[in-house]
Amino acid sequence: MSRVLGVLVMVLALYGVLMCLDDNARSLGNQQTIAGRLGFYGVLTVGAGILIISGGIDLSIGSVVGLGAVCFALLLQAGVHPALAAIAVLMGSMLIGLCHGLLVTKLQLQPFLVTLCGLFIYRGVARWLSPTSVGLTVRGASQSFEDQVEAFRTLLVGNGLGVPHHLLILLVVALILGLFLHGTRHGRYLYAIGANEEAARYAGIPVHNYQILAYVICSTLAGLGAILFILESRTANATSAGSWLELYAITGAVLGGCSLRGGEGTVAGMVLGAAVLPLLRQLCNFGGVSSDIEYAVIGLALLLGTIADELLKRRSLRRG
Amino acid sequence: MNPTPLLEAHNVRKHFPGVQALDGVSLHVNAGEALAVVGENGAGKSTLMKIMAGIHRPDAGELRLDGQPLHLTGASDALRRGLVLIHQELNLAENLSVTANLFLGREEVRGGVLGWLDNRRMKAEAGGLLSRIGLDVRPDQRVSELPPGQRQMVEIARALAGNARLIIMDEPTSSLTQRETDRLYEVIDDLKRQGVAVVYISHRLDEVRRVADRVEVLRDGRNAGALSRDEISRDAMIRLMVGRDLKQLYPRRHAIRADAPVRLEVRNVTFVGGPTAPVSFKVRAGEIVGLAGLVGAGRTELAEALFGLRRLTGGEVRIEGRPVTIRSPVSAIAAGLLLAPEDRRRHGLVLTDSVQGNFALPNFDQLTTAGLLGWVVFSREKQLARDLTNRLHVRASSTRQIVGQLSGGNQQKVVLGKWLARKPRVVIFDEPTRGVDVGARSEIYALMDELAAAGVAVVMISSDLEEILGMSDRVLVLHEGRLTGELPRSALSQEAVMHLATGGAPTESSAAESPRPSGEQA
Repeated sequence: MSRVLGVLVMVLALYGVLMCLDDNARSLGNQQTIAGRLGFYGVLTVGAGILIISGGIDLSIGSVVGLGAVCFALLLQAGVHPALAAIAVLMGSMLIGLCHGLLVTKLQLQPFLVTLCGLFIYRGVARWLSPTSVGLTVRGASQSFEDQVEAFRTLLVGNGLGVPHHLLILLVVALILGLFLHGTRHGRYLYAIGANEEAARYAGIPVHNYQILAYVICSTLAGLGAILFILESRTANATSAGSWLELYAITGAVLGGCSLRGGEGTVAGMVLGAAVLPLLRQLCNFGGVSSDIEYAVIGLALLLGTIADELLKRRSLRRG
Repeated sequence: MNPTPLLEAHNVRKHFPGVQALDGVSLHVNAGEALAVVGENGAGKSTLMKIMAGIHRPDAGELRLDGQPLHLTGASDALRRGLVLIHQELNLAENLSVTANLFLGREEVRGGVLGWLDNRRMKAEAGGLLSRIGLDVRPDQRVSELPPGQRQMVEIARALAGNARLIIMDEPTSSLTQRETDRLYEVIDDLKRQGVAVVYISHRLDEVRRVADRVEVLRDGRNAGALSRDEISRDAMIRLMVGRDLKQLYPRRHAIRADAPVRLEVRNVTFVGGPTAPVSFKVRAGEIVGLAGLVGAGRTELAEALFGLRRLTGGEVRIEGRPVTIRSPVSAIAAGLLLAPEDRRRHGLVLTDSVQGNFALPNFDQLTTAGLLGWVVFSREKQLARDLTNRLHVRASSTRQIVGQLSGGNQQKVVLGKWLARKPRVVIFDEPTRGVDVGARSEIYALMDELAAAGVAVVMISSDLEEILGMSDRVLVLHEGRLTGELPRSALSQEAVMHLATGGAPTESSAAESPRPSGEQA
């Protein structure tokens, strides 16, 4: 719990500094941008975090987002209703997660390698499917189809009540998965497997099933992220859409208290952890940091945060 | 003290979160002497040893080396002064050669700044060191190829390479065979003759009797008493360790009835990684069957096969007369067959989780609401942990305490305790008291006895002959995977078990090879 408080303080501090920095940063439009970013990153981070808790890792999240976004747009081009297209993308990413899980458990391949291969494969397939950018606008489509697409877009990434809907989606996802993880026996099994897979097996837990489940959750949420991504940005470039996102998701999860050794972390922490990166980027933008050096600044800030966390942890251990 | 002791600890205190590990302990050890430090788990032995080896710093009190106050700044400082701790879990780089390990961190180099490794010189010196302790391995052999006993010897040789003046051995024999243990005793005698001081920590009191010139007993972080060479006896040590007389270490409240039904029947079973010869035996309700044999006889593998961790390639397992198909621990547990594994840190516990979490892990079916999701009912989880903690006398600051912080004996109680909520039919205990102190030991025996009295079929795998003789109603002996014999309680003796365990043919006093209904002698 103290870990969640720590991230909360960090997020509030970053937010506070950002708000003091610039008038434009305080504007409603920018607040909505931040909230939308948080919603989008958050969905991916929660998926990555649950997988990390169970002792796995997924490097293919960004490629799944790219492939999912391209597929969603291509389905619209083929005249499929956006809701059906969304369901298809979710099912497809679920299947990808299932494959990862089966390869890791039944063939005992290393998660890092399996998903690294996935990173290449899905990116490659996305580029093969769509050599150029592909978007929501369908040439020659009827007005009613365009309306359907716009309505679907508003539903998922609109700003009803002044709050970006992706943030609401994140909150719903986080609530459901939070209850699942912290309130049901399945969640407890995921923690146990991440902390000591062998002990979980000796305790009579069907370890493989739960590991597969964790991969499915992670990839499905990446698929959800893909839908949010394409709806938000309206076009997807198969080469770049979603790249780096796996690292953002893993970073967010770790900042939020997940240990890469498994068995540790909370959903609340993940959501807060997901807010750190978008806030840092905004700070760079509004703080006048050249965009060339932005990544370096972010990296350094994260390193400092990690060091501070480690030092605090040691101190509290010593004090008891 | 006539001579100045080599190392003295004076009124040392050390506090850890939640425990006063050391509450003013004093001891001394002289050059050329073997001092045994005994005490229950949690008595403060390990903490004291780590302070003497510079790993922990005392909160109060002081150390003296050759009569001079000593302030160790860390483990490397202690090593420089010749104070070496050999951990229970060995610290060798297994992927490197014996020589590389002997000189790890103090490699011989030549060529000035470049520091080329002087392999020839190290190898020659390694040969000398190995012969000094009579270890017959090639210096360039990889440590991973050595059996545990020889690795232990490599650790000792490494201590000697660093010109050790004091060697602290923490449970050195826990992974050694009898031959290797005997060899270790000789090495200790040699070390003493060379003027090295040895501090020896062990739970095995017969070993202490063999090795020690003097015994220092710790209890609850304080000195409980000291015994000189001729005062050393098992009873005296136990009395000081637990602060009371242990009248009955092995309780026998359960009684076997000849007409008790057969609970577990193993018929011609073969399994992956097991022997070619099929294994058959029966265990009756309320019976404790000891499974004896040397390390490597295949006892643990047999237990793993019965628990569904190894695939059966033939034969049949029956529980209460009904054949059961056990493909994984899930189905074993469903059939009422439970295993308390040998390696509790790897297989038995989630060390980073709490006492409560570990108790709950296999029992969520009872702690959750019905239905697919299974919401955890936290009050039930808490209640279960409280009940089991009280029933087993687990010494923890609360049920929220992390299991990794408990002493070995209390960890073992958690391993066993998590099965008690399940109404077991058959329980296999694999080395239930390894690394467990006397007090917790008697409690574990009482628990086994209680299970048997309640009609559970108990199988106890143990390398501790005394325990096998003390607890078993009947003993099955394995040698290289084969059941070489069966001994009823009336025919039990150390000699009879060892005879069978080393591959000897059954003598007349041991029962026939073919398994037969138990309990006839009771």
